[in-house]
Amino acid sequence: MTEKTPEAPRDGSAPSRRALLGWGGAGLALGAAAAGVGVAAARSGDDGPATAADSGAAVAFHGAHQAGIATAVQDRLHFAAFDVTTKDRAELVALLKEWTRAAERMTAGHAVGDGAYGGLAEAPPDDTGEALGLKPSRLTLTIGFGPSLFAKGRFGLEDRRPDALVDLPKFPGDNLDKSRSGGDLCVQACADDPQVAVHAIRNLARIGMGRTAIRWSQLGFGKTSSTTPDAQTPRNMLGFKDGTRNISGTDTAALDKHVWAGAKDGPDWMTGGSYLVARRIRMHIETWDRTSLQEQEDVFGRDKGEGAPVGKSKERDEPFLKAMLPTAHVRLAHPDSNGGATILRRGYSFTDGTDGLGRLDAGLFFLAYQRDTRKAFIPLQRRLAAHDALNEYIQHVGSAHFAVPPGVRDKDDWWGRALFS
Amino acid sequence: MRAVRLSVVTAAATAAALTAVTGCAEKSDGKGEGAVEVVAKDDSCEVSKTKLPAGHIELAVQNKGSKVTEVYVLFPDDRIVAERENIGPGTKATITAEIKAGSYEIACKPGMKGHGIRQKIEVSGGKAAKRSPEMDKAVAAYRTYVQAQADETLPKVKVFTDAVAAGDIEAAKKAYADSRIGWERTEPVAESFGDIDPKVDVREDGLEDGQKWTGWHRLEKALWQDKKLGAEEKALAPTLYKDLADWQKRVGTADITPTSMANGAKELLDEVATGKVTGEEERYSHTDLVDFKANVEGAEQSYKLLKPIAEKNDSALTATLDKRFAELNKLLDKYRKDTSSYEFTSYDKVGKADRKELSDAVNALAEPLSKLAAAVTK
Repeated sequence: MTEKTPEAPRDGSAPSRRALLGWGGAGLALGAAAAGVGVAAARSGDDGPATAADSGAAVAFHGAHQAGIATAVQDRLHFAAFDVTTKDRAELVALLKEWTRAAERMTAGHAVGDGAYGGLAEAPPDDTGEALGLKPSRLTLTIGFGPSLFAKGRFGLEDRRPDALVDLPKFPGDNLDKSRSGGDLCVQACADDPQVAVHAIRNLARIGMGRTAIRWSQLGFGKTSSTTPDAQTPRNMLGFKDGTRNISGTDTAALDKHVWAGAKDGPDWMTGGSYLVARRIRMHIETWDRTSLQEQEDVFGRDKGEGAPVGKSKERDEPFLKAMLPTAHVRLAHPDSNGGATILRRGYSFTDGTDGLGRLDAGLFFLAYQRDTRKAFIPLQRRLAAHDALNEYIQHVGSAHFAVPPGVRDKDDWWGRALFS
Repeated sequence: MRAVRLSVVTAAATAAALTAVTGCAEKSDGKGEGAVEVVAKDDSCEVSKTKLPAGHIELAVQNKGSKVTEVYVLFPDDRIVAERENIGPGTKATITAEIKAGSYEIACKPGMKGHGIRQKIEVSGGKAAKRSPEMDKAVAAYRTYVQAQADETLPKVKVFTDAVAAGDIEAAKKAYADSRIGWERTEPVAESFGDIDPKVDVREDGLEDGQKWTGWHRLEKALWQDKKLGAEEKALAPTLYKDLADWQKRVGTADITPTSMANGAKELLDEVATGKVTGEEERYSHTDLVDFKANVEGAEQSYKLLKPIAEKNDSALTATLDKRFAELNKLLDKYRKDTSSYEFTSYDKVGKADRKELSDAVNALAEPLSKLAAAVTK
């Protein structure tokens, strides 16, 4: 059959391609508080003018930086780590190109390939179809390359591995599950509609079959950080506002200083990129819930109701760190306690049902972007792992590290072009 | 297993109409061509038209009865053209099918069991599907293969059922996996005879209320789990042989088309993906990898016969399929002593990481294999 199948947009109207300004709640995150001043605005990776918030809109896919980092944090997450199963570099490159084209379509609110219906009756449709009729929902797709991709004898990339893409050290208290850690590639899908995020990962995984296989994936249902520090601060699964201040998505000075890899930082192919640490942090929900209010507040260094730092009255008051216990989470994580080390947090709460013992399998899926992991997450986490009072109630069970390349410039560009060229 | 048993036939029916659909530009969505109304009640099955033109038909079903019902379109020999299960009281459902000229029956099954209330329909006109000589050649070769598999299987089944009947547990265990290879290689065709599969290859969890458990897996449980062969089990052995002899006799009459061959290949991989990789199929004997291998061999046979046709339309696809079949076979070889042996590692000894590797390799093959039918028919 030679008949052309029409493009299958998910809704009747042409999706908006405008850059997006979303007004979300101010953030909280586990792991580190961060400095960062600025207004509550975030744009996509593009430098285009910000427009009014609309959770159904599309976020521009093309730009100097990948969308999904400085972009105002969406409500939902589906994060997937992949093993590359092909040994053929050309096949991997072909896949990255196919993925890029599919990502362009999906982030604009279109179905992949020839759509989800109307094609040959004999063949399965290109698109799986569950996002038909849904808006773009600010979907962003962000790719990263893990240390194992650069291993000797694989794809000839051993000389291109950035020094900053270290193998993360073992931190005290880590109880990492191999099947929830690592990965040659990752794709972070964020959207305001969970089905849109899941659809995106599902279709990329399907396209990748035979060349990649999903190693692990994680759903997140509630953002715990925001790059738009304004309005309501969401609470984490422990009921606290944490990490009230994050780097603002519009604070270009802070982004350049703390998030984007600079031209002199490492290999050219990473200029404008960033380094992503993902940690699955399980929370011991039941024991936390039977902890006294005083202890809970002492652990964080904030009060539970308002979220104000110890001795202060408002959430956003400048914390007086010495008023907190030396083991308080906020005190330990604050940049002032860490020589200014600052990360951009984009984590999500998760609840994967219950474990075999009837306990909630819940926690924080921590995502942090930074210019150099060696100067940000690693020293921060060393300090936290050694001293944080919160450690009694949490456990790190999954871990991964990725080099996130700069943005895809245009329709001819593709994820990883500079790395593979 | 039951869920996919009839799609070969359904696909065959689809193939007939596809030629017609391809020939015209308009998309056949079944609307506006006058749907056949079917009113299903607890004691009747009213059909608004009994004479229909060949091609795309649509049944608009209303369940006006008090029981959950299912509606089937059947060939005269009860093979299923299309079906819809679980139509609740007071609800509507639509069934679409591509139908060639011939006699059919529409059956409503209130309570979802029994023979159903039947209405005969006549379908006329339309063009027969166009088939090239090379397509006919592929189908003929596959038909020969399917028959040969059944012919070669029966003596192996005899060894197994004789051992069971004699109460020889060790001999029966030894003959079990081997007796299933021919069936597993051609399962989609075998399953197209809807009545045989539930008798010979049903698992305990697949039983319907009131259905007696017979067949391979019933004996598998007796041999490996219960470790004893009582009078009941011994009596089931000749029944299994008889049911499979019936399969051998009928398998040559199956409706086979290039499309059904291609889809059958994909279904064999689906069988692997849902039943074998998980270890569900052979949960007592753990001989899943033998079935796995047989499913892949059967799929590869269909593919090889269709490859000359598919290659002309989509050579990139056939190159990928060649590679992925080779990769999966190579991976499977890790689990047997030599490539002529069908003695595979017991699946309970295959760890989680290795199972994932097998699962990934199945996905890697099944995904492009799902495009074979289109490459054959376009």
